[in-house]
Amino acid sequence: MAGTAVRGRLTWQVATVETVRDETASVRTIGLAVPDWAGHTAGQHLDVRLTAEDGYSAERSYSIASAPGEPVAITVERLDDGEVSPYLTEELRSGDEIEIRGPIGGYFIWTGDDAATPLLLVAGGSGVVPFRSIIRHRHNLGSDVSVRLLYSARSLPDVIYQAELDDADDGVAVIYTLTRHQPPGWAGHTGRVDRRLLAEAAWPAQRDPLTFVCGPTPFVEAVASGLVELGYPAGLIKTERFGGTEAP
Amino acid sequence: MTARDDSALDGNAIGGLLLEVFGTEMTAAVAVCGSCGATGPVAETVVFLRAPGTVVRCRNCGAVLMVIIRRGEQNCVDMLGLAALEPR
Repeated sequence: MAGTAVRGRLTWQVATVETVRDETASVRTIGLAVPDWAGHTAGQHLDVRLTAEDGYSAERSYSIASAPGEPVAITVERLDDGEVSPYLTEELRSGDEIEIRGPIGGYFIWTGDDAATPLLLVAGGSGVVPFRSIIRHRHNLGSDVSVRLLYSARSLPDVIYQAELDDADDGVAVIYTLTRHQPPGWAGHTGRVDRRLLAEAAWPAQRDPLTFVCGPTPFVEAVASGLVELGYPAGLIKTERFGGTEAP
Repeated sequence: MTARDDSALDGNAIGGLLLEVFGTEMTAAVAVCGSCGATGPVAETVVFLRAPGTVVRCRNCGAVLMVIIRRGEQNCVDMLGLAALEPR
């Protein structure tokens, strides 16, 4: 297909920070008031643009943490060498304004229309954020879709939304694995998500689950290939990668 | 550079940029690789954001499908590696 030059469409708008809430030592949820928000679907993103006084600007994409119909919120993990996340997690205050555009994405989404297909959600670290939107959306719909969330975190204090996940509706099973540190008496899983853990925690492939995997790139690659080995059709696994940090 | 480079993202990460370029949602669009013929959603392609410019590669064979470079107010888009691109 031929190359072309396209004038950029201006779709950025100003959002006002309404709430900030620390989820863990390095993760914060930011609630936004967005005057012209078109409404979003669970699993979608928005882009944030920060512009310095000298005109230099940086953009990043963040999964939306709130369910459709709820006020827009993003959950941001601080990356120590990041250009955007340290500002969002440490400097931003209620009443501040940031530029955003969205909602974005039509692939890694769950509308809740298909009540018969179980969901398998596999999260590495802050890859759990879009799944919070999905699980809240399921609750708001009164859906009885069966959900399994397999969530890999370094340690229990690194688990985002733990209280909310532990309080999830019947029909939502949350399975944790802690890869680095476990509290005394921890009876849950330990170590990275591998084929053995997937065989135990994932739906049998015969149930044709709709599967979402979100996390750092190496985590997603390992989980997706493990699921394919277990007989999951690659076409039913939706993946989303957020880069090169080591697997949680 | 391979399709398994850990710095690689995927097509979900450029949903906003593609919306800007094409004026419509493109992460669920189906892309056909001009090199190997692999067919799949844009969301599942391999994306490098700092190549410089944005480079989109085929997850199957690693061929470059698309390059997008921002120049001032314009995005320069090279899609020579794509056999087809069909929004859903």
